[in-house]
Amino acid sequence: MDEIVMLEAIERYMSGEMSPQERSFFEELRKTNPEVDQLVVEHSYFLQGLEKYGAARNFKHLLHETEAKLMAEGVIHEPKLKGKAKVVFLWNKYKRNMAVAASIAGFISLLTLGLTLTFTTKYSDSYKYLVKEINKTNREVSTLKSKSTSHHVPAAPVKIEPKADFTGTGFLIDGKGYLVTNAHVISKMKNIYVKSNKGDYYSAAVLFTDATVDLAILKITDTSYKTITNLPYSVRKTNSDLGEQFFTLGFPRNEIVYGEGYVSAKSGNDGDSTAYQLTVSANPGNSGGPVISQNGEIIGIITAKDAKSDGVVYAAKSKNIFKLLDEVKKDSTKQNIKIPAGNSLKGMDRVQQVKKMEDYVFMIVGSSGQ
Amino acid sequence: MSISEKDQLLLKGLAQSDKEAVEAIYRDNYNIIQSFILNNNGSVDEARDIFQEAMVVLYEKSKDPSFSLSCQIKTYVYSVCRRLWLKRLQQLNRFTTQVESMEDIVPVEEELEEHEKKNTEFLLMEQALGKIGEPCKSLLDAYYLQKKSMMDIAGEFGYTNADNAKTQKYKCLVRLKKLFFAQYKNT
Repeated sequence: MDEIVMLEAIERYMSGEMSPQERSFFEELRKTNPEVDQLVVEHSYFLQGLEKYGAARNFKHLLHETEAKLMAEGVIHEPKLKGKAKVVFLWNKYKRNMAVAASIAGFISLLTLGLTLTFTTKYSDSYKYLVKEINKTNREVSTLKSKSTSHHVPAAPVKIEPKADFTGTGFLIDGKGYLVTNAHVISKMKNIYVKSNKGDYYSAAVLFTDATVDLAILKITDTSYKTITNLPYSVRKTNSDLGEQFFTLGFPRNEIVYGEGYVSAKSGNDGDSTAYQLTVSANPGNSGGPVISQNGEIIGIITAKDAKSDGVVYAAKSKNIFKLLDEVKKDSTKQNIKIPAGNSLKGMDRVQQVKKMEDYVFMIVGSSGQ
Repeated sequence: MSISEKDQLLLKGLAQSDKEAVEAIYRDNYNIIQSFILNNNGSVDEARDIFQEAMVVLYEKSKDPSFSLSCQIKTYVYSVCRRLWLKRLQQLNRFTTQVESMEDIVPVEEELEEHEKKNTEFLLMEQALGKIGEPCKSLLDAYYLQKKSMMDIAGEFGYTNADNAKTQKYKCLVRLKKLFFAQYKNT
């Protein structure tokens, strides 16, 4: 209520309705009470704003009236476009919208196509089998966790066009023909062949497997294989940090495929400390493929992926390779495998790194022996 | 270029919201602006909108005693419309190849900034008035904008006497002020 009395006083003061006595009293109040003064300033500002608003609103109203009048008189008219001119006008007006619409339509059709392709691949016979196989071996990994098995398989020098019931990926850790891959990749294989990126097949034999870490060492037994010296990469002994970026190479299809990702957890499935969790795209056939750091070190071996979550991939840690080789040495003194220590990939750009790596990554092919 | 007598008269008329002055400026300028906007990716509705906004800018200027037009009204209106339209195109992301100038233009950046400020205040007041609801809105409108007397208002709104209407009016004003300043501080 006080506020209303005050407002009334202020309005009377501003409009000059106050008697001289009242006026001088009010001015005295303004001088002594800053709150009153503040209120006078604020209110006069507000009333001015209201006044301006009213004037602007009336003016806008006047504009509308004038416009309507002139339109009725025909002074203002919409240009009537006919025939070709109209088409050109509409085209000019909407060409941007059309471009956007067209690109959205194109994008959607590509998306649909992409999804269709994925679904058909998933459900085509050969791939379905591989997915199944990988899940099966994963289950085996958990049951065999405490057992370590090793066995020698004599080389099978049979020269036939390899029958590919299973495929995976492997990479050289010694130019003399020793490869690392996953144990589950070769566990069901009878006749094992490795296929180079150039398309050459070499027969190979399992030298050692360790199911606990899901790793295996293969030896190329084919006489046509020529020893490669100086592998350009090395194998990391220590753990990788979260967020470390890497790239992968593998054979999810009949051709080498490149992938990129980052280390997303320091343990694998179910807290498995011998593995990492990665975020990368991987598909059946990627198993056994190298995970390569930006400086050209092998930091892991792709093992499995979570079937339920997108992009969650598990990889055996690279230091397991060293453990594996120690076991091999214990087992037999004849094998002299030297882990590569090359660093020529360091500082190269990615395309060059991949070009150099391609020749050392192999597709592992085997038949079920049935 | 000094301002012609005709333009000076028009400007004076505009300041007083004179119907004839507004109509004359419309007649002289609207079609130039419409063809400019149509040629630059716009529609007739957008042309009307832009022209009205330019008229408001000119109106605000005409009321400012320190303002003196240094060019023809035609050039001024064209310059304002061109600037407003370029801005609109940018906001709509409807980029066009270089907007063509068919006429002389004068710099109007400062005026438009000032106009924008005034326009924001206008919108704030409009919003606040929209929120106080009836009968407050009509009551304040009648007293402060239409300048009706308290006696007339009391009769019109069915108050028993002018004093009752006055109390009601102040209550409404307090609410309007609160709404206005709450938004004002947010901007």
